[in-house]
Amino acid sequence: MYPDNLRYTREHEWIRDDGGTCTVGITAYASEQLGDVTYVELPRPGAEAHAGDALAVVESVKAASDVYAPVRGRVLEVNKALEERPELVNESPYDEGWFFRLDDVSAAEMNGLMNADVYQAFLKGLEA
Amino acid sequence: MSWISTSAAEQAEMLSVIGVTSMDDLFAAIPPELRSRSWDIPSGRSEMAVRDYLKSLAARNDSSRVSFLGGGFYDHFIPAAVDALAARSEFYTAYTPYQPECSQGTLQSIYEYQSAICRLTGLDFANASLYDGGTAVFEATTMAIRLTGRERVACHPSLNPLYRRMLETHLLNLKLEIVEGDNPEDSACVIVQNPDFRGTAADYTALGAQCHAAGALLIVSFYPISLGLLKTPGEMGADIAVAEGQSLGIPLNFGGPYLGVLATRRAHVRKMPGRLVAETSDAQGRRGFVLTLQAREQHIRREKAMSNICSNEALCALRALIYMTLLGREGLREVAQQCHSKAEYLKSQLPAASILNTGPTFNEFTVRLPRSAEDVVVRMAGRGYLAGLPLAALGVGGSNDLLIAVTEKRTRVQLDAFAQALEEECS
Amino acid sequence: MQLIYEKSRPGCRAITFDPLDVPTATMPPQLCRVSPASLPEVSELDVVRHFTNLSRRNFGVDSHFYPLGSCSMKYNPKLAEAVAAEPGFAGLHPHLSSDRAYLPQCQGALQLIYETERLLAEIGGMHQVSLQPIAGAHGELTGTLLIAAYHRARGHPKDTILIPDSAHGTNPASAAIAGFKVVEVPSNGDGTIHLNAFKGVLTASVAGVMLTCPNTHGLFEPDVRRICDLAHEVDALTYYDGANLNAIIGQCRPGDLGFDVMHFNLHKTFATPHGMGGPGAGPIGVGERLEPFLPGPRVVPRDDAYALEWPERSIGRIAAFFGNFMIAVRAYAYMLHLGAEGLKQVSEHAVLNANYVHARLKDVYLSAFPARFMHECVLSAAPQAKQGVRALDIAKALLDFGLHAPTVYFPLTVKESIMIEPTETESKATLDAFCDAMLQIAERVADDGQRLREAPTSTPVGRLDEVRAAKELNCAC
Repeated sequence: MYPDNLRYTREHEWIRDDGGTCTVGITAYASEQLGDVTYVELPRPGAEAHAGDALAVVESVKAASDVYAPVRGRVLEVNKALEERPELVNESPYDEGWFFRLDDVSAAEMNGLMNADVYQAFLKGLEA
Repeated sequence: MSWISTSAAEQAEMLSVIGVTSMDDLFAAIPPELRSRSWDIPSGRSEMAVRDYLKSLAARNDSSRVSFLGGGFYDHFIPAAVDALAARSEFYTAYTPYQPECSQGTLQSIYEYQSAICRLTGLDFANASLYDGGTAVFEATTMAIRLTGRERVACHPSLNPLYRRMLETHLLNLKLEIVEGDNPEDSACVIVQNPDFRGTAADYTALGAQCHAAGALLIVSFYPISLGLLKTPGEMGADIAVAEGQSLGIPLNFGGPYLGVLATRRAHVRKMPGRLVAETSDAQGRRGFVLTLQAREQHIRREKAMSNICSNEALCALRALIYMTLLGREGLREVAQQCHSKAEYLKSQLPAASILNTGPTFNEFTVRLPRSAEDVVVRMAGRGYLAGLPLAALGVGGSNDLLIAVTEKRTRVQLDAFAQALEEECS
Repeated sequence: MQLIYEKSRPGCRAITFDPLDVPTATMPPQLCRVSPASLPEVSELDVVRHFTNLSRRNFGVDSHFYPLGSCSMKYNPKLAEAVAAEPGFAGLHPHLSSDRAYLPQCQGALQLIYETERLLAEIGGMHQVSLQPIAGAHGELTGTLLIAAYHRARGHPKDTILIPDSAHGTNPASAAIAGFKVVEVPSNGDGTIHLNAFKGVLTASVAGVMLTCPNTHGLFEPDVRRICDLAHEVDALTYYDGANLNAIIGQCRPGDLGFDVMHFNLHKTFATPHGMGGPGAGPIGVGERLEPFLPGPRVVPRDDAYALEWPERSIGRIAAFFGNFMIAVRAYAYMLHLGAEGLKQVSEHAVLNANYVHARLKDVYLSAFPARFMHECVLSAAPQAKQGVRALDIAKALLDFGLHAPTVYFPLTVKESIMIEPTETESKATLDAFCDAMLQIAERVADDGQRLREAPTSTPVGRLDEVRAAKELNCAC
């Protein structure tokens, strides 16, 4: 459910260091809470963001949520496949359902995010 | 007087089920010091007395004169079936269709309304209604701002001055610049009206191309009946079309309720405010209709919603749909043709030099009278006419300028008599 | 059912006009559309039958109990419809108010506007009322613009509006659209405002506080006066959302509670029909401080006639004329008929009915809050959800009893919330039928969950595929 090689935010984004660039998506918990994703609005490549800036919007029939930049960076590429197949966010949240790639990311900022264990403990707290 | 359905015995029984002894106990949560002292409200009156009183107020208004008054709101004929159908209480006493299974009547009628507006305007998507023409201009403007990320709005002088004033009021606390004119550079949008407020019809296709070259949107405010003849916003390249829908089977109502129409292109639909109905099916494959893209609305998205609109004008949209359906493809063209032809005939009966429009007009035109338009309006009222709108009252014309509208309801006899009376009262 | 477009047959038409009695004029072709709009080609009977049959696929208040929380779906008296049909109102051109030359011809309408505004002002404990805002949310927007204008005029623009987490979504949306930052105030476990949390966010940059009272949990805010006083201490103004005025009408007045500005929902409290979503009307009331900023023009009695005036520092026009005038006509008829005693009975019976339903259901559905509810009660289907039947399923099952569903999943602060507002006009027999249905559904949860999850079965369609609708976006044909 929550791969060890990712870092997580309190807003339920994940981020993966691909060596030089990073990939961002939303967690399985977030996609379950949303239900069937019907639309994803993606940022323009080249957009710069600070940690916490809204970069994308993910929409289901019951909610529309912002997807925030987990760390500061610049948008290198977006997942065009989501425009035609938004259901990938539900079906494959950590793989085919990624949202965007960032570069110019600081390692220190990445390390400040939650690892899989801490994130799962955080989720337990939400359910209580 | 009341519309309460509970008897005294039932009331007592209900209080005991709740576990209180008096009606007053139910309000124990309101601190006593905040309870009202007596208030100055008259005693209730019977249905008969209320009807008599309101009838007496209605009688102090005069809606019987032969009308040439337009200025964005028009005295068109309304077929009897519009009132008969829209008065069905299954429509007018229903709520917003949040439970689609018991609201298919509402939802299918909105889908059909959206389709009619798309066919009328030549655009891809129409919402389920906004409040009126002026708030539709405001919503279209904020939509353009969202789509372009720009903070300047160009407002063409063709726009109804009331809508311009409403736009300024709605935007007054935002850091936005509203400039007069049609320069799309660095602007979110250029807002034009066709026909313009003084009645002149034009083609804004070239302006649309300029807007797109400059990264701005073209918003066209249109007069629905005119689209029986005139080039559509879609054909002109408009990104958003808005209208006051009153002319589509809605009474003049002294200003409301009316109908805000908004339509747009497929590319912009996700930034469109207001409700939207889509076709879908149930588990058995039966066709049905639901509200869609609701997650962007205020009840879910709250301060991030694109608009704060909640109640809209669905019943007025139903009237517009019934009206358009009764007229049909040929009927709408005919109404437009009659309005245009009768206005042209009236123009031909007035001194040519008095007409200020230099281009073609649809059913409304501006004349410069030899004396004050207000004086003429008062004199013409004495002869049974609403002679038109003195433009100085809205700050968009000289004191002698009068805006005259002609609808299909006027006959040749009335037009001849009006031209004659106007000549006499001006001399 | 077929679409009206599917019934179209070329050459068919419903309405015809007298032949043109003047020469046919020709518009220059470059200004004309290429082909006529493809509206349906049908007969009048086709149209009448189509829309009559469509109407039968709807629940309305005249035919069905409609206990939608937060919506005040009360009976819409026929008296109001009769007066609204008067040609002296419905046929009146709005530009008669645009030029003083025409004012003598609309004196009755101006008098009605003036008298309705005065009556609403008295009901709300406000100094002045403006009928201009076209809807409740439009009233909120107008009110927040007035608050902005007030602070600007004092030379201290402020940028924040405080709103409780239980508020209707329109509150934060309206404040944001007016250009304010929104800061949410949390509720405490009792369902009312957390006073200390409120104090914590009440800074000098707060322009206003928007409250609904009773709030959307159906509870009267016990600290409402204190909250208003605290706001005034930092020169923040207080806004009363009139959505729940039905609970307190005749019992207390927003102005006396300390509010500076409010809106009325004529389509809720004053029984004008909801019309499948509208038109409603959202007049605003203000205290003396905001009066100079009101939208214009205003109707004022002068000598022996009604005239129009602009307030000294008006924010401008929020509507082209006087808002949804015909809705005000209906509401005025309603108020005149009820009078002082009748209006007081409205809140008494609204609160009686809500508490009766609550008393009958509270042992089976979880009561969301311990305090006494006002005009609506909030229950939770959390116990049923644990057994696999959610609030949504219960709502759908009610449709099969011929009852409209209550509001579900609002307020957002309560899990599996079911919000019931019976209104004052419903009889005990109707309330009992509703409670019996709710209890019967609860009994079926354990053994018959699957059937409840498949409800409704008696409606023209079953549950619809909303995901397909959102993905395909087929919104016109």
